[in-house]
Amino acid sequence: MDAANEAMVRRAEEIIDSYGCRRENIIAIMQDIQAEYKYLSQDVLEKIAEKLGIGVAKVYSVATFYENFSLEAKGKYIIKVCNGTACHVRKSQPIYDGLREYLGLQGKQKTSSDLLFTLETVACLGACSLAPAMTINDEVHAKMTPEAAVALLEDIRAKEAQNG
Amino acid sequence: MAKGVMIIDGQRVNFDGEKNVLAVIRKAGIEMPTFCYHSDLSTYGACRMCIVEDERGKIDASCSLEPRDGMVIKTNSARLLKHRRTILELMLASHDCNCTTCEKSGNCRLQELAHQFGIRAVRFSDTREKLEPDTSSPAVVRNPNKCILCGDCVRICEELQGVNIIDFVNRGSQARVAPAFGRLLSETKCVSCGQCAAVCPTGAITVKNEIGEAWRAIHDPKLRTVVEIAPAVRVAVGEAFGIPAGENVLDRLVTALKLMGVDEVYDTNFGADITTITEASEFLERLEKGGPFPMFTSCCPAWVKYLENENPKYLKNISTCKSPMEHFAAVLRDKYAAKDAADGKRTYLIAIMPCTAKKMEAARDEFKTDGRPDVDLVLTTREVIDMIRENGIRLQDVELESPDLPFGMSSGAAAIYGVTGGVAEAVIRHCVPDKSKNALREIAALGIRGDESRKETVVHIGDTELKIAVVHGLINARKLLKEMDEGKAFYHLVEVMTCQGGCVGGAGQPYGLKEVKQIRGEGLHRIDNSSMFKRAERNPVVTQLLSEYDEEKAHRLLHVSYVKE
Repeated sequence: MDAANEAMVRRAEEIIDSYGCRRENIIAIMQDIQAEYKYLSQDVLEKIAEKLGIGVAKVYSVATFYENFSLEAKGKYIIKVCNGTACHVRKSQPIYDGLREYLGLQGKQKTSSDLLFTLETVACLGACSLAPAMTINDEVHAKMTPEAAVALLEDIRAKEAQNG
Repeated sequence: MAKGVMIIDGQRVNFDGEKNVLAVIRKAGIEMPTFCYHSDLSTYGACRMCIVEDERGKIDASCSLEPRDGMVIKTNSARLLKHRRTILELMLASHDCNCTTCEKSGNCRLQELAHQFGIRAVRFSDTREKLEPDTSSPAVVRNPNKCILCGDCVRICEELQGVNIIDFVNRGSQARVAPAFGRLLSETKCVSCGQCAAVCPTGAITVKNEIGEAWRAIHDPKLRTVVEIAPAVRVAVGEAFGIPAGENVLDRLVTALKLMGVDEVYDTNFGADITTITEASEFLERLEKGGPFPMFTSCCPAWVKYLENENPKYLKNISTCKSPMEHFAAVLRDKYAAKDAADGKRTYLIAIMPCTAKKMEAARDEFKTDGRPDVDLVLTTREVIDMIRENGIRLQDVELESPDLPFGMSSGAAAIYGVTGGVAEAVIRHCVPDKSKNALREIAALGIRGDESRKETVVHIGDTELKIAVVHGLINARKLLKEMDEGKAFYHLVEVMTCQGGCVGGAGQPYGLKEVKQIRGEGLHRIDNSSMFKRAERNPVVTQLLSEYDEEKAHRLLHVSYVKE
């Protein structure tokens, strides 16, 4: 286990303890852990099983049942491209395709290999008047084009390179 | 419990405490089809085959419906029949239908019901991704392409065994039954009990078939094939040939095996007598030394595996005795070494077991001599049934033949090794100084027989009061360990059998519910009752043999340690 994962498992233990190690709180526990780390690692799921006294297959079953739980590490920036009706008719698909190409995502891959960006679609952001819309870490960007979206990501990358 | 009268298909049917409408319907003589309903497990209500229609045309699954007084239902309306056919068709559409070559062919519930409902064509095409079968386990093969998602395996693994190795993964059209993280069974804490295969209605989980190996050995002139037969096999193997469950058909099985070309047929019960004596001596020694307690029985390999996986701190409590199968094998190997050298043959030992975990036990390093397993091959009762059938032998019609000597002789105490409470009873018989018939009756009435999930008793040996517990079903062993951890329970001796009812309910036995397992268990008690001698130490061949061993040899042949350094 690497250091980051170890820290995550330790924090997960605290969260599980805060729920009194009760198995009926399994979903709340998973939500809290995911809220902090954006995903649930294999070691975290094993720890949940151990602390709640249930089988790891059961924990995995719950985690894969809900679309909301991610079992893969996510990027620092989560991009949600809206594909609701309004955004779709205003050509959100080319934005998504453009970003995928820019990030070099293959097949089912959602997160760029530098772990900076995760690209997802969402059914409706509730910002139809701004269509086509997308969010980057919950900040809304209105009336997007593929070029504008890629430009936003390039800015973030430049900033990260400077800081990092 | 609710009492009352229901109207089922126009007939008045009384009910009294039945847990669901399905049970009432079946009581009325109507064979309701089901996949996911298994009376030994919790109700799941997923397959929808057992649907019924009420007066208002509302359709419900009868397994999930409580009986109510005055209820009026139909079980076979036009709508219900149409729905059942559609469900079957959809299941067949997403099922790998290579029936003729399927391990489960002839015992498959899906095949049976598709036939019963006259499904001759499937309108839908299979859109599912083809997945690789998992052959990594020594006991079972999992073929996800044949899974109908009834969840029986998931529930037996969790509810009866408490290990939860497999569960549902994903949801909707992506749903599968699989171990966590896409692992192979060999990468999980699976104990190889095989109960998932015993309840699977299709060929999605089957017992690993090693019949080919057995034929190769039997037909090889350079090999001397020797067979040992476990206690629980003799009261179940007849079921496939129209002989009632519980009837002892050992002598018929011996004949069948000889007809098939096996050279020598012996009895694992002989090994069980060795186990009783060795285990009882160890127990008395622990009493002298003051522990460690409890001493756990060591015959059940799935139980040993369970402790290794989940609670290794108790490994030191497991008796250091080998299991009857391995005792027999070690003794035979020792005796036959000279014989093999003299006639230039190699002894190939096949063990016929009610158990799938024995396949795993036989392959363990502890039971290898010079890199070769003492038991070359483990066949389950069902595999042997298939072999008998393949040779066209009618077990119900063959002559009787006793097992060969010297290793065919055994006590009544050995026979009951195959039923819950039997190992503990055999050990108690050996430990109690009173050797009268009356003492035997008292031991039988201690309360360690029967089908309760945990049985407890107290035995007095001299001034010492010994607390003894018997559990079957790993979930019950797990509960007992938890109580021990919390300091709430203390025992001197604990017998654990992984399968419900003991080995008679093993996953290698013919398919059957709790009731059949009980009848088989009663059959073993009858063998005990009618046996010439009822205590292991009265077996003259065993006592003679054990007296020949010096300390080093006894230790090497009879004992094993599972504790990791």
